[in-house]
Amino acid sequence: MASHRTAPWFQGVLLGGFCLVCSAVLAVAYRFSAPDIERRLKEDMEVSLGQVVPAKYRGNDMVADTVSIDGAEGPTTVYRARKDGQVTAVAYRVVGKGYGGDIVIVMGVDRSGEILGVRVVQHSETPGLGDKVDVRKTRWVDAFKGLSLANTAAAKWAVKKDGGRFDQFSGATITPRAVVKAVKDGLALFSSHRARMLDEAKDALPGPAPAPSSTSGKKTVS
Amino acid sequence: MMKPSRAFAILTDGLWTSNVTLAQMLALCPLMAVTGSATNGLGMGLATTVCLVATNVVISLVRGLITPQVRIPAFILVIAGIVTVADLAINAWGHELYKVLGLFIPLIVTNCVILGRAEAFASRNGPAASALDGLGMGLGFTFALTLIGCIREILGSGTLFANASLMLGPAFAGLETVVIPEYKGFLLMILPPGGFLVLAFVLVAKRQIDGLLARRRGVAAATARS
Repeated sequence: MASHRTAPWFQGVLLGGFCLVCSAVLAVAYRFSAPDIERRLKEDMEVSLGQVVPAKYRGNDMVADTVSIDGAEGPTTVYRARKDGQVTAVAYRVVGKGYGGDIVIVMGVDRSGEILGVRVVQHSETPGLGDKVDVRKTRWVDAFKGLSLANTAAAKWAVKKDGGRFDQFSGATITPRAVVKAVKDGLALFSSHRARMLDEAKDALPGPAPAPSSTSGKKTVS
Repeated sequence: MMKPSRAFAILTDGLWTSNVTLAQMLALCPLMAVTGSATNGLGMGLATTVCLVATNVVISLVRGLITPQVRIPAFILVIAGIVTVADLAINAWGHELYKVLGLFIPLIVTNCVILGRAEAFASRNGPAASALDGLGMGLGFTFALTLIGCIREILGSGTLFANASLMLGPAFAGLETVVIPEYKGFLLMILPPGGFLVLAFVLVAKRQIDGLLARRRGVAAATARS
């Protein structure tokens, strides 16, 4: 006899049981896959960091050497490249407001505030028009290399249409405009939090490393 | 045991006669979204097939337990659970595929085909038949996605199966071909309107083929009678 199968309480128990089983399965699956997923994300981050900070700046595991900076847009994780203990370059994410949503950009900056590299890592811009900011399509992002707030006037941080120095794309001005603005804001973030990013807050000694002799000594050992 | 003729009927039903997109006109949202290239279509199709087979089998196994009153939420729960597990698994062990399809894998949950097959087939048939139905429907969906992806990619970018090795493994590098060298690209085909246009032409082609088959069958029946 299955008369209880039509009772309201049975429906509740049945659905509850299903929820319980599904949650258990999900918990197990999560436990099994979490370490692998974390490793993949770390690899992704390493790849994009490698593209914006050349190998000669890096003597350490950048992904592990981070500091959190509270910018205007919330906290930003800054990845630091070090050689012999001194921070040589930093890389971090900035987000631009593009035509099709957020454009996630990773940029690398050296100690003097000059851009080492810029990569758009995630975007949903129009294929064939706005996606030229993606390095797989064109080398447009290379235009940022070597620029800083010091060597480029604020007015020049714009697309040519707005009187700046960066090319726009025919049919897509919003996308390069957004990228240029995001990178400029990224440099402003660097200059306002320079000491913390370069890990110099404690000794407050700007300029070159105090002991170059020890640097060369370490190199011969390794 | 299932009769081979029944198994064959289930498979052809999914692959052609009641093909998910080409006959039932379901799952058009993922179709438009991922068929910009053949590789993406193939990847999405295979991911959906795996989920479809798994949900069909599980729902078929618990079909005696579920009461008619709560069957829809229970089906959704099972489907969501299985798709989430697939999402985690692809992220962990098929990361290249995940980077391309990432956004669409959770959306398999809302793919009406899966709930449709659960309701129409798996809740009324045994696990073996349900698995077969899931396989047939999934492969039919994969076929449609890949076909439309191929057409859109050739017309839109002049390539075929670009990045296949990146997504499916180095063994598939041979699939990557440049159909039209120095092609400037045809943006409309890559954008969603191109998906609708290509789908329309493919639907016309299927109707034509079906009509041709029916006429030939009619002629054969007529000659057999006389």
